Amino acid sequence: MIFLTLVRRDLALALRRPGALALPVLFFVLVGALFPFAVGPDARLLARIAPGVVWVAALLASLLPVETLVEPDRADGTLDQIVTRGIALEVWAAARLVAHWLGFAVPLLLALPVAGILLGVPFAVQRLLALGLLLGTPALAALALLAASLTTGLRGGGALAGLIALPLALPVLIFGVGAGGDGALRLLAASSLVLVALTPFATAAALKSALE
Amino acid sequence: MISSYPPLTATDLACDRGGRRVFDGVSFILAPGEALQVEGPNGAGKSSLLRLLGGLLAPAAGTIDNPYRVAWAGHDVALKPGVTLADELAHWARLDGAQPEAVTAAMAAFALTPLADLPAGILSSGQRRRASLARAMASGAELWLLDEPGVGLDAASLGLLAAAIARHRAAGGLVVAVTHGEIGIDAPQTLRLGA
Repeated sequence: MIFLTLVRRDLALALRRPGALALPVLFFVLVGALFPFAVGPDARLLARIAPGVVWVAALLASLLPVETLVEPDRADGTLDQIVTRGIALEVWAAARLVAHWLGFAVPLLLALPVAGILLGVPFAVQRLLALGLLLGTPALAALALLAASLTTGLRGGGALAGLIALPLALPVLIFGVGAGGDGALRLLAASSLVLVALTPFATAAALKSALE
Repeated sequence: MISSYPPLTATDLACDRGGRRVFDGVSFILAPGEALQVEGPNGAGKSSLLRLLGGLLAPAAGTIDNPYRVAWAGHDVALKPGVTLADELAHWARLDGAQPEAVTAAMAAFALTPLADLPAGILSSGQRRRASLARAMASGAELWLLDEPGVGLDAASLGLLAAAIARHRAAGGLVVAVTHGEIGIDAPQTLRLGA
């Protein structure tokens, strides 16, 4: 099936460059490590701001690979090959979204305990954070892909993509940090569902004009 | 046989790029087994015409009636540098639903077999061009759209290209090629843009 072939291919390409996979995760952990130095070693304060720190770090980490999401495939003719084969760009975008989430969110979740220890987060809160990230990272992956497709072909597209994605990520951030509250996890899941469902179509529309 | 299939028909095509009319009134009919050689100076819209036929660009006016599957060998070769040539062609063959034997045959036809295990990133530009042509051949698509397929090819490789095109046409395939010079296509229709 074409969708699975595309996902497999993206994952195989990602595994060939483990450094690119590790970069967002290292960034995520490092931001976590910076905060105790920045705000002081007050354990209670750190534990209180930890969810916010983790979510901001995850959001910034999700934007690191944004320049590699679309632009290389546009520039080297891969997208031309996809379109001339009659494969819908929506299918390509959905496959890229799934592969990007697997390559970005799974390592991030694995690194969460490390960041959690650095910030002195209690174990019960860590579990809640992990659940929140699991539900919210699809939305972050979708926003990164959308921003990447809107800026492909532009000079300095990566920075511009960040400016586009960050404000759109605000609801995800708010629901994610409030994960302990009533219904916040559900709203987080709802944001992810909406963004994941819409992004392949929006991405394909953006790419159609970029390929002209 | 395939020759009972309808032709590829383009009627009164016009193309706009950046708000400027590049060409208009372009029409041709290409029957199975025929080849069209598109010529013209830089900027005459040769590559744009190819992108229209490949569905990458919408015509500003006119219609294209293309009943055939398309194999695209554009200016950009779409090979990922870290992947071996064999894996790269196998990936596209999977998307095309082509058999592994088709890939083997296409690599042999363009003398790529000894390079199969090399990463695409270390191939020369002529070798990458041949790989992109082999991918088009392996796809099994009836209509080949080739953008300057002869660029960077040595004399021997040009011979392989001409032979591959001749075999494809003998089997009822169609070829549209943008060229600057002669690439050894036998008795093509020619279309001159921007005269």
